[in-house]
Order: sequence, then structure tokens, then C-alpha cells
Amino acid sequence: MTSLPPPSAKKLGLVIDLDTCVGCQACVTSCKEWNTQGYSEPLTDTTPYGADASGVWLNRVHGYEVKEQGQDQSRIVHFPRSCLHCETPACVTVCPTGASYKRAEDGIVLVNPETCIGCKLCSWACPYGAREYDVSHGVMKKCTLCVDRIYNENLEVEDRQPACVKACPTGARHFGDLGDADSKVSQLVAERGGYDLLPEMGYKPVNKYLPPRARRDATNQKAEALPKPDGSAFDRLFVWADKLLSGKQATVRASDLDHSSKLEG
Amino acid sequence: MHPAYSVILFTTSSGAGYGLLALLGLVGVNHGQASSLWFGVTAMLVALGLVTIGLLSSTFHLGHPERAWRAFSQWRSSWLSREGVAAVATYVPALLFGLVWSGLIEAPSWVAPLGIFTAVMAMVTVCCTAKIYSTLTTIRAWNNRLTVPVYAAFSLATGALMLAAISSLFGRFQLFQVIIGVMLLVILIALKLAYWRAIDTNPRNHTMEDATGLGRIGRVSQWEVPHTSENYIQKEMGYVVARRHAAKLRRLVILLLLLAALALLAAILAPAIAILAALLAAAAGVFERWLFFAEAQHVVTLFYGAKAA
Ligand code: SF4
Ligand code: SF4
Ligand code: SF4
Repeated sequence: MTSLPPPSAKKLGLVIDLDTCVGCQACVTSCKEWNTQGYSEPLTDTTPYGADASGVWLNRVHGYEVKEQGQDQSRIVHFPRSCLHCETPACVTVCPTGASYKRAEDGIVLVNPETCIGCKLCSWACPYGAREYDVSHGVMKKCTLCVDRIYNENLEVEDRQPACVKACPTGARHFGDLGDADSKVSQLVAERGGYDLLPEMGYKPVNKYLPPRARRDATNQKAEALPKPDGSAFDRLFVWADKLLSGKQATVRASDLDHSSKLEG
Repeated sequence: MHPAYSVILFTTSSGAGYGLLALLGLVGVNHGQASSLWFGVTAMLVALGLVTIGLLSSTFHLGHPERAWRAFSQWRSSWLSREGVAAVATYVPALLFGLVWSGLIEAPSWVAPLGIFTAVMAMVTVCCTAKIYSTLTTIRAWNNRLTVPVYAAFSLATGALMLAAISSLFGRFQLFQVIIGVMLLVILIALKLAYWRAIDTNPRNHTMEDATGLGRIGRVSQWEVPHTSENYIQKEMGYVVARRHAAKLRRLVILLLLLAALALLAAILAPAIAILAALLAAAAGVFERWLFFAEAQHVVTLFYGAKAA
């Protein structure tokens, strides 16, 4: 049924800490590893070793550059993005087959791979890019909140957590019940000012993001200026030696610099 | 949005088919039985043929066409499901109307009620199709109150020109077909221009800062994409046609529609030109539908480097 169930008391989801995420992609690969062998059919890759490698991933980590006011140096924020298990998701209601559904008991949003016709409409309805179509199986794939781990009695109790949460080396991903105000995750959200992505879209995401903390003094200071060449004999000697030794490489580095300066603007 | 050719073919072809069907229904209400069996049968075959080609091509782009029947189940919440139900349901009055209107079955008193029923169902189906797009809040250009009227006008205008073209083949071309055709084309041009104006002036007020929530710290720009080559999201949702190119195509659509209107007027002197008018309108339909997709920006592009959406 693609009509939404009445709101559940239990709202399982993730809380992602943008302060501690280091963009190592451990959650991305562990998600792929677990989900390629579990719940649905494998998460296909097409030409994985070719020039145009692509594939289905349920979790991806973006990198953003944030320029703060009054700061010379911008900071990099690593930004994991997976399904937010929204409370009022149009990805579910647009589905013509009932393959997309939201579980009444815990709010997890899933796709039934046995009934999905692969019309892709649900991926158009998701503002967060959380649904990826699998060309080789002709069905839609998305984060399952590791529903086959969190209730899995064959696993040790401490392993009944999403694969991505278990894998994160900095503890930047937290799993829990966001419907329970006393849960650890809810408290974390309250303490750190966790927020929703695109709240104005009205999808009411369950997953929350914890903003990066304010900079500490050390990183606030301007980068120490590099000594400028003063045109002395020593300088000229170094320039000459540099040219002689680096040859072609120097131009490659120069183009790298061009590229990074473009991103600044 | 990536313009998938199967979807463009589906919506233009079935749109013209449903428009023709609706107008044939009204012709039946007004004129009673078709003036000849062959004219009636041909017109119905063209209408149902266009509709059927469209519906079949829409199932080709599915990952699992053999499961398509499941799409009839969720009409309570899904416009795509409603479209499927309406599309199939329309065959019932349409086939019955075709039989009695063309004279294959002699039942003149049934022509008018079945004609109305067919016309209503045909337009309901077209509006369901348009609703699939207009209810997606993730795509600003589609989530617009002119989306449904434009779809309906396109369907009726291309249908009217089809009717004129078929009539001319059977020597039944009449002045009222010109009047209706030109009127519908004028309405269509006005609606489409208003639509473009609306999407051009509608502020793109979602920003990358909103999407990431990082606006609370500062100005955000993309530093690194999460993968080495384009993924599904970028291929499907990241397609946006260049503005200059789009402007050219918009002019082409309007030009083709104006030429179709002129051709229809010229058909008063030489009815065969009505066929040219129908072809011009069909071509306009294809370009317009391509633009409808290519000009639509999805809000997810904000996560992939778009500054605003
Ligand atoms: S993030 Fe997207 S796929 Fe997940 S529930 Fe929300 S709308 Fe649906
Ligand atoms: S792709 Fe599958 S899950 Fe998504 S809307 Fe279509 S049938 Fe439903
Ligand atoms: S909860 Fe599971 S499926 Fe979802 S992103 Fe994490 S590992 Fe992937």
C-alpha cells in the first residue's frame, strides 16, 4: 500500500555528525558490501573497472567547501547522504504499484523488489536523491536502514546496527529511535542543534544532521604567509634548479592550482 | 530532467489520440452517426491506434513491463496509477462508441451518451497524465498550475488537426473543423506562452545552502562529488538544457503551431493541406514535450553543485 500509515510512535533513523565525519567513505563501502548480499538483489555495478564505471549505492558522501564570513580559509564539510526515512514522503505515495511503502511499526521506508515495476517515479519524487535505479534488475534501490541487521537475531546484540554506523571510524553516524525524546539520538539532536534537510519541502525527514562545531582558535588564524622570493642570487639559483629538475611536472602542478582557484570563486 | 524518448512518444501520441477520441465523441453528440462506415472506422482506428501506441511505448521504459498490471492497484494515492486505470477504462466506452457511431452496430440512440462518456474519459486520462508531473513538488517547472491546462490543450489541438486531416482524406472536410482547430491552437499558444513566462519568473529560491543546511555557517560550494563518474541521479535528474538553446526551441514550437494554424486555414481552399497541418502540430508537440523535460530542474541538483533550484 502506498498510502501512508498513521504516524508511528517509533521513528527509527540516523543522526549524522558533520563535525566528525572525515569523508573516509567507510560507511559507503560497508553499506554496499552488506546490502549487495542481503535484503534485495545485489547492488549492481556496470563496467566497474572500465572508464565509465557506475553503480548503485545507497549512501554517498559529498564534499562541500564552506566559506565563513570573516574567514580567509574556507572549511571542508564531508556530507553523507542516504535515505532520510521521511515521515511524509511523496516517494511512497506516488508509487503506482505499492512496491514503495513506509512501515507502520517503525517508519522505515522500503521498496519491495518483487513488485516494483521500475517506473522510476519515486526517484523523481525524492528531493534528496536517495533512490537509485538498478538497470540490471529493473527495480529501484534505496537505503533499508539495514532492516535485515537491526532486528536480526542471528547477529550479536552489538551488531544489530546499520552497517554504516558500525563501520564509521569516527563515530559520526548514530542510529536510534528519533520518536523517543529520551533516546540517546534524540538527546544528541537536542544538544547539538540537529537539523532537517530542506524542511520547507514538507517531507519531514526523520534523519537529522548535526552541524559542524564552531572553529577553535588555532584554525581561526590566517595561514602564515609564505616568504616571498626577494630576487637574490640564492633565489635565482633555486628557480633555475627547480626548472631543471621538475621540467614538465611544473606545468601539471600549475594547472592543478588553476583548478582549485576556480572552485574558490 | 532527462527527456526519455519513450515518454515523449507516449505523451504526444496518446495525447493526440485522446484528443481525437474526445472530439469524435462530441462530433457524435452533435451530428449523430458517422457519415460513412469507412470514415467512422478509420477515424476510430487512428484514435485508438495512437492511444495504444502511446500506452505500449510507456510500458517499454519500465524495468519490469510484465509486472505493469500492478500499476492499477494504488489509485488511492498515485496519479500514475490513476492514469493507468483511466487509460484502460476509456477503452470500454470508446470501443462501444466506435461500434455504434461508425454504424457497425445499428443503435443511433446510443451514439450521444456513449460519445459524451468517451469524451469525458479521454480528457480525464490526459489530465491524470499531466497530474503525475504537476504534483511533483521536487520539480518547480512542473509543479505549476498551467501544467494540466497545457497538456489538455495540446491533446485537444493535435486531436482536432488529426480530425481535420482524416476528414479531408474522406472528402468530409468542413469549415467548423477549421474554426475549432484554429481556436484550440490559439488557446494552446496562449497557454504555453503563459507557462513559459510563469517558469521564467518563478524565483528559484532553494539554494545549496538550504539543501545542505550549511548556510548556517557560510557560503557553500561543491568541493568533491561522491563518485568518479556520473551516477543515476545525475543522469536522470541532472539534465538541463542551455538557456539559449531552449529559447531557440521555444520559438520553433510557436512557429510550428502558427504554421499549423495557417495550413489549416489554407485547407479551406485545398482540404489536403489539413494533413500537413496535423504533421506540423505533431512536430510541435514532440519539441514541446522534449523542452518540458529538458527545462525542468530537479531540486536534488542542489546536492550536485547547482547554486539554486
Ligand atoms: S529521503 Fe527520499 S527516498 Fe527517503 S523517505 Fe525521504 S523522500 Fe523517500
Ligand atoms: S520504481 Fe518501483 S518503487 Fe518506485 S514508484 Fe515505480 S514501482 Fe514504485
Ligand atoms: S542504514 Fe544500511 S542501507 Fe542505509 S546507508 Fe546505512 S548501511 Fe546503507
